[in-house]
Amino acid sequence: MTLTNINIPRLQLEGMTKIYPAVIANESIDMTIAPGEIHAVLGENGAGKSTLMKMIYGVIKPDRGRILWNGEPVDITNPAHARKLGIGMVFQHFSLFETLSVAENISLAMEDYGSLDDLSRRISEVSEEYGLPLDPGRMVHSLSVGIRQRVEILRCLLQQPKLLIMDEPTSVLTPQAVRKMFATLRRLAAEGCSILYISHKLDEIMELCHSATIIRGGKVTGYAVCAEESAASLARMMIGRELPTCSRKRPDVEGQECLRVNRLCKIAADQFGTSLERVSFSVYSGEIVGLAGISGNGQQELLYALSGERPVADRGAITIDGESVGHLNAAQRRELGLGFVPEERLGRGAVPGMSLSDNGILTAHRHGMVRKGLLDFGRAKRFAQKCVTDFTVKCGSVDDLITSLSGGNIQKFITGREILQQPKLLIVSQPTWGVDIGAANIIRQAMIDLRNNGSAVLVVSEELDELFEICDRLLVIARGRVSPSVKVEKTSKEEIGLWMSGMFPGGPVDTNKARELQSEGCCVD
Amino acid sequence: MDLSLVLHIMVAAVAAGTPFVFAALGELVTEKSGVLNLGVEGMMLVGAITGFIAMAKSGSLLLAVVSGMAAGAAMAAVFGVLTLTLMANQVASGLALTIFGMGLSAFLGLDYTSFALPGVAELHLPLLSDLPVIGPLLFSYDVLVYSSVVLFVAVSWFLYKTRAGLLLRGIGEAPESAHALGYNVIGIRYLAVLFGGAMAGLGGVYLSVAYTPVWVEGMVAGRGWVSLALVVFATWRPLRVMAGAYLFGGITIAQFHVQGFGIEIPSQLLSMLPYIATIIVLVVISRDQQTIRLNSPASLGKTYHPENQ
Repeated sequence: MTLTNINIPRLQLEGMTKIYPAVIANESIDMTIAPGEIHAVLGENGAGKSTLMKMIYGVIKPDRGRILWNGEPVDITNPAHARKLGIGMVFQHFSLFETLSVAENISLAMEDYGSLDDLSRRISEVSEEYGLPLDPGRMVHSLSVGIRQRVEILRCLLQQPKLLIMDEPTSVLTPQAVRKMFATLRRLAAEGCSILYISHKLDEIMELCHSATIIRGGKVTGYAVCAEESAASLARMMIGRELPTCSRKRPDVEGQECLRVNRLCKIAADQFGTSLERVSFSVYSGEIVGLAGISGNGQQELLYALSGERPVADRGAITIDGESVGHLNAAQRRELGLGFVPEERLGRGAVPGMSLSDNGILTAHRHGMVRKGLLDFGRAKRFAQKCVTDFTVKCGSVDDLITSLSGGNIQKFITGREILQQPKLLIVSQPTWGVDIGAANIIRQAMIDLRNNGSAVLVVSEELDELFEICDRLLVIARGRVSPSVKVEKTSKEEIGLWMSGMFPGGPVDTNKARELQSEGCCVD
Repeated sequence: MDLSLVLHIMVAAVAAGTPFVFAALGELVTEKSGVLNLGVEGMMLVGAITGFIAMAKSGSLLLAVVSGMAAGAAMAAVFGVLTLTLMANQVASGLALTIFGMGLSAFLGLDYTSFALPGVAELHLPLLSDLPVIGPLLFSYDVLVYSSVVLFVAVSWFLYKTRAGLLLRGIGEAPESAHALGYNVIGIRYLAVLFGGAMAGLGGVYLSVAYTPVWVEGMVAGRGWVSLALVVFATWRPLRVMAGAYLFGGITIAQFHVQGFGIEIPSQLLSMLPYIATIIVLVVISRDQQTIRLNSPASLGKTYHPENQ
């Protein structure tokens, strides 16, 4: 039935170039994808992967270059045109409408679907066929992230794509859900659909993809056949040097209980949030505890309560070094030795309209920067400079506005700012989110050093690899409940993945529900 | 109170509420697309004087309506260029539009101050209008009142039954998602803003040509602001907007009668009553957080740059 000849590439890019005023996002990129091929586009954050994909999908226009679709040159003017050609895309940040139903969401991406009822029926059929059950009548805001991604994938599948672009699809999934998605992708490829798989996760690419194009700084640095490469050799092409690793040196540090959370309950302020239910755990000095979980399971609420931004009524629910702090505000808790790095860098971690050194003062003023009520700007500058040097923050000077930095560099600065204050207790949310591999390693190493010097560290992250690399113990949060802790060496990613779905002792999912979920790929909604 | 008085108040309430129905439905559509236009008062004023002049010169109601709507839409187009093309702040631009509209309408109306029009005759429907109670209650209005009801049905149907309405709601919810799917967010927002302007203009025409057919400077007298408030307190739902408009109209008329009875309440307090009562009623029926979140356009008032995604 298909007219495509196996010898003609499904998609061929020639000299694709996109120049932004400050930066060359893509510089003459060539790439070829055969029908049924799963092709990885590998590169660090900011390497230009997403820009390239958006040009293929018609969201942005290339400045130079040619796209050949099944051997024919095409000028893809907008996403509707791309979809008509048979190109589907699943976005990294979902492009769904939360207050609309699944069927309504999908209808907005379709040209011609008859009535909404017809479409709902087709959604049910196709979702059953691919083993991705989905209720077309549900409102998107009530779905978990995993199921939302399923909506995005189905939206593409309904148009019977010839090329499916997946932009960092696994960042929000449990390991089990990732496996389920890989099975779907392999099946699609076997049916002749080409897949462009964008990621910076080497092990996933090694497992799933046939071949890869590696991009660094907007340029292609290599093409690879995955079976002939190792993760290390791909990493070399991706970052231009050996993959850095954290030092394994982990002396046992005798520690007292530093942070103790005792039956903390908190009703969510916003009904789209998650209520915390009897959360109890502790963190000892000289250890790193990781809190894993899919975003939106109560991490935000827990962090607001721990940082003191939203104090809790029960003052004994949170103690630092034995002192009840539940009722104290953020500044009072910092006086007791708390350091805190929130997930949102601008607005919560740093003030956008202020310089690096002024942003340094915001939390470090306790360390001799204030004399008789007046600020010592010289000292503040030296502090900011040390932070910039130690954490290799790329910036002009410490007087630059913090908004002139890239996201990764802001992250390095605000994490560095807290670590340099040598807090007794450091709480960090998503420490390396959007940070390139080299910098992520610096941040991780700094947290390990802090632990080795006897501080207690709590890391909240969605990246299981990261948690397994740096943590001593792990906790999992699911629907506002926190699991018992487990030593890293006594668990596996699979077990933690199950726990992330709520299946832990005392967790929100009982065994019957668990079996049902397992068949769905463990996306809890 | 006898039946005829109640009936009279109800009939008068519909007439008093109609300008709000026009303006608030228009603003509802604008806001559903994610654009907050605070210039309703100004657009109503310009629509009112344009319609008034057209009526005075030609005597044609149709011409008055068309020119008033066109004037309202022209004002909205200015707002659209500022906020959608030039990406100016929506709140500031809307306030400026109101101030501009007040000045422009006063200037255009210089020669028409206290000039009176004959008004618009009620439609007399054979049989129906002569029915007892039902006749005066449902079939004793002018053509503009009936058209407001038709527009209400049309707007509700458009928003919740058509694909274009779904897209409009989607754009108000997540413009970046709509852009990623290949929709022209700015273009659709322009249409929504123009529709809002035309409806505000129509509300103005109704005021100056039918409701109180005399030109007085600033005769819209805050009704644009009330319409804006109605949209918010009605949680962006057409039926509640409609109910709120008639409630406001009803209490306005009722408190006149209370003043007429000579009850010892300061008239200023009574004049406040429609505002307070409408807000309380709408807040009470819309207090559910879920309803607010599901109906309020998430991107409302935020400038959208398609290139910065």
